[in-house]
Amino acid sequence: MFRNQYDTDVTTWSPAGRLFQVEYAMEAVKQGSAAIGLRSKSHVVLACVNKTSSELSSHQKKIFKVDDHIGVAIAGLTADGRVLSRYMRNECINYFYTYESQLPVGRLVVQLADKAQVCTQRSWKRPYGVGLLVGGLDESGAHLYYNCPSGNYFEYQAFAIGSRSQAAKTYLERKFESFVDSSRENLIKDALFALRETLQGEKLTSSVCTIAVVGIGEAFHILDQETVQELINEFEIAGEEAPVAEPAAPDQAGVAEPAAPDQAGGAEPAAAADDDNQAAPGDQGAAPMDM
Amino acid sequence: MTKQQANWSPYDNNGGTCVAVAGTDYCVIAADTRMSSGYNILTRDYSKIIQLADKSVLASSGFQADVRALQKVLAAKHLQYQHQHNKQMSCPAMAQLLSNTLYYKRFFPYYAFNVLGGLDHEGKGCVFTYDAVGSYERVGYSSQGSGSTLITPFLDNQLKSPSPLLLPARDAVTPLSESEAIDLVKTCFASATERDIYTGDKLEILVLNASGLRREYMELRKD
Repeated sequence: MFRNQYDTDVTTWSPAGRLFQVEYAMEAVKQGSAAIGLRSKSHVVLACVNKTSSELSSHQKKIFKVDDHIGVAIAGLTADGRVLSRYMRNECINYFYTYESQLPVGRLVVQLADKAQVCTQRSWKRPYGVGLLVGGLDESGAHLYYNCPSGNYFEYQAFAIGSRSQAAKTYLERKFESFVDSSRENLIKDALFALRETLQGEKLTSSVCTIAVVGIGEAFHILDQETVQELINEFEIAGEEAPVAEPAAPDQAGVAEPAAPDQAGGAEPAAAADDDNQAAPGDQGAAPMDM
Repeated sequence: MTKQQANWSPYDNNGGTCVAVAGTDYCVIAADTRMSSGYNILTRDYSKIIQLADKSVLASSGFQADVRALQKVLAAKHLQYQHQHNKQMSCPAMAQLLSNTLYYKRFFPYYAFNVLGGLDHEGKGCVFTYDAVGSYERVGYSSQGSGSTLITPFLDNQLKSPSPLLLPARDAVTPLSESEAIDLVKTCFASATERDIYTGDKLEILVLNASGLRREYMELRKD
């Protein structure tokens, strides 16, 4: 994408019918660190990579709780994401105040999309530079949506945004058909695998990623670091070797096989760990609005 | 020419009584469940109590439509607080919020007479009592509503409240044990029910302590 004479403000069309400022805003999303979402019939998992600007700083928050039944993962300008999260939270609170019931996810994303559209049609505004993966539950089931800076939104079974998200998307495209009936644990496992794809060889540890879950009977919450590390260990996802390409993936499964005897021994503790994971949603370690 | 008077009032009084007593490590909040209008009973089973946060419980008598609206506003504000601060509101913070919310409608008040009970930062019981426009004070015990004129003198006698009767001011919380305080509250309501027509049917008691929240009910006279 090169500079041209039609990209100065958002209210100028190009001869090809494009709004370059909006497309530049979508570029900002691609520059942000990866965020991934997957859903089954009963759960939605959001996962993101924690990128720090320097070793001295803490990582930016990319996953926000919007309500008990909705959470959002962002990629792009975090400040824009924070502002939109605040908007979403207020919408949920106001809806509950009026109707004493939870705001359906589909309604929220439409409001969000309309809000983003306004910024593409005002000369004194700029588009939001953030892509949002909105995951939530309502009466019609579990949903995952992606909201663009352009004001478009799409519903997905699984999606990834941000830098190096193509690697995750490739993994998800292979496996998404199995997600609908996936168990909660397998869904999280797939999220971790997809996340690892974006790391391109870097070791996956709980300090590098953030995972959040929402499901039937389970309010949206971010999993704490120990739980995530246990899951990584359990699924032996750390992956010292770089995932080269798709053909390598079956090899990796083959690599995992020799470890199977260990895993079989680890199966019982894993089952027990599963119980712990079931308890995780209500664990006392998490703050009431664990974000 | 005399000034024209309104022939319609936006308010109604649904009666009922609320009481709260603070202990060293607990708080008892109680209210009857009768809802009336004039000389009629609308229902014998309406709760005037709501838990706003982990450690804050609000009991309100007066106009229940306004009470319900007030509860919803506070619940929404609490949710916003949790999003911003990553934790629940403390009882003293909720007390200030309630005061501000009431004063916000200084010129069209919530017809609600509130008693807020809970545990403070040290885990000690605290009770805050309000008027309709938000003036409030932390006390060791309080009663509001139609039976308050009958109950408050009795509590003054039993709990020897330091403020505002005695000087120098002593610790606000009662030395009674939790079960003694509950019995005292039950006695208050049993007596108030005898003489106040708007109080009766059933008593709802909430006890807040370190282990959480407990609910108890007691039948009251239904006449």
